[in-house]
Amino acid sequence: MEFVFFIIFGLVAVVSALSVILQRNPVYSALSLIITLGSIAGLFILQNAFFLAFIQVIVYAGAIMVLFLFVIMLLNLRKDEFGPEKRKLQRFFALVFSALILIELFIVVRYIILGRAEKGLSLQADFGTPQLVGRLLFSDYLFPFEITSILLLIAMVGAIFLARREE
Amino acid sequence: MVQVSYYILLSGILFSIGVLGFLIRRNVMVVFMSVELMLNAANLALVSFAKEMGLMSGQVMVFLVMTVAAAEAGVGLAIIILFYRNRKSANVDDGNLMKW
Repeated sequence: MEFVFFIIFGLVAVVSALSVILQRNPVYSALSLIITLGSIAGLFILQNAFFLAFIQVIVYAGAIMVLFLFVIMLLNLRKDEFGPEKRKLQRFFALVFSALILIELFIVVRYIILGRAEKGLSLQADFGTPQLVGRLLFSDYLFPFEITSILLLIAMVGAIFLARREE
Repeated sequence: MVQVSYYILLSGILFSIGVLGFLIRRNVMVVFMSVELMLNAANLALVSFAKEMGLMSGQVMVFLVMTVAAAEAGVGLAIIILFYRNRKSANVDDGNLMKW
């Protein structure tokens, strides 16, 4: 059963990820990216990461993608800027190097991860629930959590400062 | 029961698609979306390893990655708006001011 859902979500994620990079119109790319993020949220649930799946849908597919669409609409690109992308040579090298990264990952999985014996751990009952994530965030990971708030503050100030029009 | 290696392979495929999009596209918005795709592929790998190892640390790390991605999206989109305002285009090739 888990395998069936893995195949479904995985296929949807890969196809919509391809659609993100192949669509001419950036609005369609953004909508495809939302589908990818949603299916990755499904894969999170398959792996007991319930809290992260909700955060993925709310923060990523909700907030961040709305920001993306908003900026695409704000830029108001004319049709001709979507035009065909020339540069055959660069496209060739891009294909070669991303294929190399993929092959490298396949080799790592084949010889290192597949080679190990499956541990078959039994997970604790509350693995991935909001309670456990929250408890960890406020005990072991309190310092990174607080630093994160400063990071968000800096990002907010920076974004306002950058996008503000000079008077 | 799906083995962890399938998830890592899926994550690798998504990451490579992100790299490909980053390299072949010239529209600055699509380049930025490819970066988000790569971040998500890395998140998927982290969650898979967290389940494999039975440790929650991986999931906490994904939470922090998402926060950083949100901050990055905010600042990045502000820079894109600024870029468009100065160059009147959304093509990454027009960002050549600091090129030697």
